[in-house]
Amino acid sequence: MPKLPIYMDNHATTPVDPRVLETMLPYFSEKFGNAASRNHSFGWEAEEAVDRARGQIAQLINAKPKEIIFTSGATESDNLAIKGVVEFYKEKGDHIVTCVTEHKAVLDSCRALERAGKAMVTYLPVDKYGMVDPDDVRKALTDRTVLISIMYANNEVGTIHPIAEIGRIAHERGVVFHCDAVQAAGKIPVDVDRDHIDLLALSAHKIYGPKGVGALYVRAKGPRVRISPQMDGGGHERGMRSGTLNVTGIVGLGKACEVAGAVMAEENRRLLDLRDKLQAGIFERLDEVYLNGHPTERLPGNLNVSFAYVEGESLLMGLNDVAVSSGSACTSATLEPSYVIRALGVGDELAHSSIRFGLGRFNTEAEVDFVTDRVTREVRRLREMSPLYEMAREGIDLKSVQWKAE
Amino acid sequence: MAYSDKVIDHYNNPRNVGSFGKADADVGTGIVGAPECGDVMKLQLRINPESRVIEDARFKTFGCGSAIASSSYVTELVKGKHIDEAMAIKNTAIVAELNLPPVKIHCSVLAEDAIKAAIGDWKKHHGDAEPAAEPRRAREG
Repeated sequence: MPKLPIYMDNHATTPVDPRVLETMLPYFSEKFGNAASRNHSFGWEAEEAVDRARGQIAQLINAKPKEIIFTSGATESDNLAIKGVVEFYKEKGDHIVTCVTEHKAVLDSCRALERAGKAMVTYLPVDKYGMVDPDDVRKALTDRTVLISIMYANNEVGTIHPIAEIGRIAHERGVVFHCDAVQAAGKIPVDVDRDHIDLLALSAHKIYGPKGVGALYVRAKGPRVRISPQMDGGGHERGMRSGTLNVTGIVGLGKACEVAGAVMAEENRRLLDLRDKLQAGIFERLDEVYLNGHPTERLPGNLNVSFAYVEGESLLMGLNDVAVSSGSACTSATLEPSYVIRALGVGDELAHSSIRFGLGRFNTEAEVDFVTDRVTREVRRLREMSPLYEMAREGIDLKSVQWKAE
Repeated sequence: MAYSDKVIDHYNNPRNVGSFGKADADVGTGIVGAPECGDVMKLQLRINPESRVIEDARFKTFGCGSAIASSSYVTELVKGKHIDEAMAIKNTAIVAELNLPPVKIHCSVLAEDAIKAAIGDWKKHHGDAEPAAEPRRAREG
């Protein structure tokens, strides 16, 4: 019997890896210097630590250390990238191409620019697996397009987009390519050169680092990409992001990237085994369960499933000793089903029935077995309580029913 | 979202889950809500044709914990009540009993509608001249 409650929501956040925590600890107290203090050893020590972290992050994504800009997290990185590009290149154009299943940090940055009259945005659809078609990207480009923003892997259904292909199209057309790689960097191999990425957002807390720190990769060469700063101040980070550096957090982000790179291959094999076991266990024991997301082009730790005839929130309530999520953590306070699942075209009914399992570094096989049992039992219990399950078993086509609600 | 103890109790130990036979002439069935809205409640009431008292109730609900709790509570609430009394039950009574937060008020509205729909259905089969109550919009409030 595993220790309860079980955490299986690793797309939302992850615990800090003990190796990361250990590296961070001295920077809270004895090594507390300001990395911008150029005239004493406290500052030099902090600057050295920051530079080491820059190197660790750059190595993970095959970038140069000076191309890494530290931020407060991926939301800030996305905002800085999108608004920064649109502002800097306003003489060149004002059109953005993105997609409907992006994170709110991207979508709402685009909407803010639209509202302010600073940009026009094309929101590309995705196929039934949640994948963007690179051809759609190509067709959406106009003479006014200055930015393509497509995420590396989706946070809800785990689908991995054909990023290298999209990047190639961007570079052929001389358009800046921003990629929100929060769920991918440190999880699957990401290479800004191979993938033709110009701007890339990542976050520490999704890869066993601390919350409140992230980075934005800004391509320096081939081509050099420019962004306008979105915050005024001391001109830190080569003028792109002012504000005293969060040295402790940055040290943690660097170490988290180093560990992630070192263990990635082995960790992915293990996560794939666990994920496939969880998926097989659920699909063998329950009828009418549907996989959301791509069957193969998917993050190793992701499993998103719709349990027909069972409402997702009630299932979460039943799984009270297992932390999983329905929709995404950012939208779980609303009653609307996930916009990502809806975009796959599965229908609102199945969108209401979706659960996301996020396996991570510290999940065990015993936990997978326990969760499989709990999910199976709870889905069966709720289906016994579900009028829809009863009607379906009686052979009633639920789509033919005139529901008394508008 | 934090659930009240009463919602959790009804969710874990729902009262009167199940279905009555469809052919049973004394049973009125109300189905309200829609799958695409994330809530469907089926409420069945066995009503004595002489006394017009609700003698038994069953429910099945597709919906969140608060929707399940609202329908479970309603089956307890209506038992032993005359249909006129049951028709007068307001969703606010369900909200108060279960301590539903504002975002879950619609669950109580749906449960109130289910009572009206079930009694309306029963009346239809018993030649009652009164028209069935129009269900309100399921997601209001």
